[in-house]
Amino acid sequence: MPLITLEHIGFKYEEKWVLRNISFEVNKGEFIGIIGPNGSGKTTLLKVIDGVLIPQEGDVQINGISCNKLKREHLAKMIAVVPQESMMIFPFTVQEIVLMGRAPHLGKWRFEGETDFRIACQAMEMTDTLSLRNRSMNALSGGERQRVLIARALAQQPQIMLLDEPTAFLDIKHEIDFFDMIQLLNKNQDLTVMAVTHDINLASLYCDRIILLREGNIHCMGSPDEVINESHIKEVYETNVAVDKNPATGKPRVTPLSSHPSEGGSRLKSGAAPQL
Amino acid sequence: MRKYFFLPFFTLTALTLSASHRSEQDNVVTMKRVLQVTITLFAVFVFVSAISLLVGPGGISMLPLLKLLFTGWSEATFSLPSTEKTILFSIRLPRIIFAGIVGACLSMAGVVFQGLLRNPLADPYILGISGGSAVGAIIAIITGISLLPLGIPGIAFSGALLTIILVFGIAGTKKEIHSTTLLLAGVIVNAFFSAAILFLISIASERNLHSAMFWLMGDLSLAEWSDIALTGLFLIIGFITMYIYSRDLNLIVTGEETAMQLGVNVELTKKVLLIAASIVTGVAVSVSGIIGFVGLIIPHMMRMLSGSDHRLLLPSSALFGGSFLIVADTIARTITAPAELPVGVITALCGAPYFIYLLRRKTA
Repeated sequence: MPLITLEHIGFKYEEKWVLRNISFEVNKGEFIGIIGPNGSGKTTLLKVIDGVLIPQEGDVQINGISCNKLKREHLAKMIAVVPQESMMIFPFTVQEIVLMGRAPHLGKWRFEGETDFRIACQAMEMTDTLSLRNRSMNALSGGERQRVLIARALAQQPQIMLLDEPTAFLDIKHEIDFFDMIQLLNKNQDLTVMAVTHDINLASLYCDRIILLREGNIHCMGSPDEVINESHIKEVYETNVAVDKNPATGKPRVTPLSSHPSEGGSRLKSGAAPQL
Repeated sequence: MRKYFFLPFFTLTALTLSASHRSEQDNVVTMKRVLQVTITLFAVFVFVSAISLLVGPGGISMLPLLKLLFTGWSEATFSLPSTEKTILFSIRLPRIIFAGIVGACLSMAGVVFQGLLRNPLADPYILGISGGSAVGAIIAIITGISLLPLGIPGIAFSGALLTIILVFGIAGTKKEIHSTTLLLAGVIVNAFFSAAILFLISIASERNLHSAMFWLMGDLSLAEWSDIALTGLFLIIGFITMYIYSRDLNLIVTGEETAMQLGVNVELTKKVLLIAASIVTGVAVSVSGIIGFVGLIIPHMMRMLSGSDHRLLLPSSALFGGSFLIVADTIARTITAPAELPVGVITALCGAPYFIYLLRRKTA
């Protein structure tokens, strides 16, 4: 049985349909990438899967059970989310934030125990945040804060990890470290991963399967080789790209091209000011 | 000299507190730490109450009182003259307990409103509950009518309840309550009631004006045992309700969506907490008037001292808020004795500098 099943999902804010007739299945242990232009419904799709948004049409099933029949805390034990960004109005410490990941595993009354502290510590070690544990979240850089949120998701010990542009604020080292770590969990512990990303090359590098969204519909879905080619990218993103094989990894590689390459180049060379 | 007695005990309180909290700043919140802090703060609370009992006009000499504190209650009370007994147990003691309860109510409500609305400027009055309650109270004062046997507090509380219903009606849909809409609804309702209050005051007679103004600035002198029992009951029920949801509140503070993803039933939690905080505020305002500053500043003070975790923040704010209002009220009734100041004046005068000190210390 597939771990996640979406059947004919339709979702609208107010009157505007953001997702239309979305159906797919995700098996346990898969690494799925969701790509698409701004406003194509990527984030909304993740929110529908984790039950934050209830679709007006269709049904989301986790392990064959309809999502809206599951209790929130039950869902939280299975699905962890790393959000795009997070605002902190009151200063929690890093350790407090990571321990919050244990909340779904504790009853309403129980305080965190030895096990929870150990799991939180491991999660902080993996994300390289252990040394920050007594710092206030507000005193961290954007990248550090993002790593703390990743640690919190790890502390949740989920079966499914949903990532909404998790590395948007990270430098290239931490970005690769992060995806390597997720890949390791994905391979060793059968963690199912669904990642929304703007970085097509990153998706190509790490994902088993890629879903390409266009205006709320699935434009195409399949392995990186099947999805990432010049015609698909040009159609969906309406921009000029070159796609070739990355010699180092053998995965498809996208290189964006300027729409007016000759014009732009000559202007720069001659040093003339752009005409208004 | 007696009226400056408050100075040492206020400093002492502040010092005890900073000392007891700072050393533990690195630790996360555990059951043990919650108990430790609660017990320390309860000791401070009792200490402050005991000293407050000894301070004030009325010509009671200190010696028998100190004896009373140290040799035990029953034996020493018998040896006291009856006027002194009346002053101590029928005037000062109820007032002290009353101040403690009101201070605790306002601080708790402040913690919850700031957390739920994710707004550091929120206080218990932000949803207009104070305004509705004040309109009720001033109508009662001006017209002289009183809902027997509850009097002015009864009408004030009806005003508070109506406001709660009104504000939630404006901001809530069937499914959910938006924090921003709620905040705006509160501001609008408050503005409307302010106008109503000004209107009522401008048509009030001289005599009524004085009691209305006193009510508006907060007044604890009307404490009666029946009020105390009722307010205390609401305090306990309110506290338990809020404490049950205190960890969920931690998660909501980091974002409502995040809280959902971490397994919290956000809409239910918000509703329960908002209603609990509103009712506790309504009760406190109805019996004591509008005592500003406590509900805004005590939560911030405690957050700076002991962190943002509501499992610790809630009890510590309640206890410290209670102690703080007892001190403030002791000053209010002694500093210009035999006349009295409205306690709200003192809470702002003492609270603001201490808060600034904490802010400076934090940034340094």
